[in-house]
Amino acid sequence: MGGWIPWIGKKLLRGTLLLLGVSVVTFTLMTCSPLDPVQANVGQAALGSMSGEQLDRLEAHWGKNTPPVQRYLSWLSDFVRGDMGISLRYRQPVRQVMGQRLANSLWLLAAAWVLSGLLGGALGVIAGACRGRLPDRLIRGICLALSSTPGFWLGLLLVLIFGVWLRVLPVGFSAPIGAESAGITLLQRLRHGILPAAALSLTGAADIALHTREKMADVMESYFIRFALARGASIPAAVLRHGLRNVALPGLTLQFACLGELLGGSVLVEQVFSYPGMGQAAVAAGLGSDLPLLMAITVVSAALVFGGNLTADVLCGLVDPRIRRGGILP
Amino acid sequence: MEVLLEIQNLSVSFTQYERGLRRRTVWGIRDLSLTIRPGEIVAAVGASGSGKSLLAHGILGLLPYNSHMAGEIRWLGEPLTPRRLKTLRGREIALVPQGVTYLDPLMKVGPQIRHGWRDAAARVRSRDALGRYGLGPETEGRYPFELSGGMARRVLLAAAVFSPPKLVIADEPTPGLDARAAARMMGHFRELAQGGAGVLFITHDLELALTVADRVAVLYGGETVEEAQAEDFAAERLRHPYTKALWRALPGNGFLPLDGTQPPPAGGWTGCRFAPRCPHCRPECKKEEVIPYRPWAGGRVRCLNPEGGEEP
Repeated sequence: MGGWIPWIGKKLLRGTLLLLGVSVVTFTLMTCSPLDPVQANVGQAALGSMSGEQLDRLEAHWGKNTPPVQRYLSWLSDFVRGDMGISLRYRQPVRQVMGQRLANSLWLLAAAWVLSGLLGGALGVIAGACRGRLPDRLIRGICLALSSTPGFWLGLLLVLIFGVWLRVLPVGFSAPIGAESAGITLLQRLRHGILPAAALSLTGAADIALHTREKMADVMESYFIRFALARGASIPAAVLRHGLRNVALPGLTLQFACLGELLGGSVLVEQVFSYPGMGQAAVAAGLGSDLPLLMAITVVSAALVFGGNLTADVLCGLVDPRIRRGGILP
Repeated sequence: MEVLLEIQNLSVSFTQYERGLRRRTVWGIRDLSLTIRPGEIVAAVGASGSGKSLLAHGILGLLPYNSHMAGEIRWLGEPLTPRRLKTLRGREIALVPQGVTYLDPLMKVGPQIRHGWRDAAARVRSRDALGRYGLGPETEGRYPFELSGGMARRVLLAAAVFSPPKLVIADEPTPGLDARAAARMMGHFRELAQGGAGVLFITHDLELALTVADRVAVLYGGETVEEAQAEDFAAERLRHPYTKALWRALPGNGFLPLDGTQPPPAGGWTGCRFAPRCPHCRPECKKEEVIPYRPWAGGRVRCLNPEGGEEP
């Protein structure tokens, strides 16, 4: 097991470089765009009624005339110390905004992640085991349709069906409109989370099912399944004994790797449901040229995706005997 | 003597789709006949593409879904129906496959040999099976990637004898083994035959087959072209020109290569498959619809003018 520590070290180093790169790219793009931090902060109307002196002081406060490299470095040195700056739009520390948004999104993402993994995995295994036959064609058809459906459109459809026609679920937000935040029950939060979670997990599940189906079909064509059948195992028995085991490893990798797609999907889905999560904040920050918030969201999302992939690699190493006992690290 | 497995006029064909929806039937095996008795080792020898692996999968009922099998297979005198086959596979009929890829890479050897059995008696049986091939009980805790090539073959043998089989089908069990390990494998097959099992040894290696087989069936282009006793080879009492060419191509017998290549599986053919390479080919060899596979000089041959005997 001597290889583990340098291996993890190398991965973490790569992750750090990745986050640095992501922040540089985001910063550069935002700097190149015609944004005005002062306008983003105080708004167009207030800007007109300000005196020149006030404007100069605000511009100096937001560092409008500081060179970009210096601004980036000062952002970076604050960021690594845990100070993410102040959101121009929400006029609160970015950390506070992120804390709230992430807490809201986390449940949504976790629910969608677990649901899509379970549903997609199960459908994929069934389709792969019955490859070429009716269940396979049915599952594949549905999944292809679902995965080619944009998440936000699916969200709109769900709102239309369950929120407008059937009126069984709320059309948006994370809590009833006008309710006091102290009085919101868990049940209300759950009811508000169902549709966004469904929209997110359905598209995710379709992709996972299609990938798992391919893996499962490969496993079913493998020599060891053929040998199991030659030794008298029925197809279900061979699937349970050898199929699941062999599809679990790529499944694990896939499940963690899809975190990125889930985050991406949440941006649009949260927008549709006006769900006050990180995705919606990302849209608001992007449209409102809120540089500090956007930087924080981008870096944290990238860290989440990187963390997901790293977890997958570590788990695979622990589960796969060829890595665990053979010492061949991925 | 009673017959364990009797294959009569077995054909395996595949439906292929060509451009668009045009369908084409391709024959992998045509008109193959073979019998195996208890205690006997029969070698099926042929180059790759001669249909020998299809033969193993056909007997086991594990052909791909786009294939079609015709002809008759009888087990102990009764037709081998799919339903009957289900109860025999892994119990009375055992497969010894090529190598380690036939083991689940993520499962330890012990549970793979026991394939689902978990009781104490099964544990004893799997240890005995491994011990029979010189593998200690610690082998049960290993994963396939921790086995050497030779050990993997012995594990596969142990899996085959976990439930004492009446018929062992060995599908190319030796590639990648050195001569000594291959000879040891042959010894194990001989042992199984002495224990009363019938062994079908499928191989491309005629020399190796002759060290152990009682009878040899030669496959060419999806057909059986000759069935000979093992001693017929050394005595040069061979009937079909292809068999003779195979024999003469061996390093000890002249090392003479045969020009040309075996024809690929086709949509059907008329006449002798070997005709383009045959030194004695006559016009009628290409005209006859199906060259009959007939008894000849103590064996069988698919040839219009075989040598070494008179019309019976």
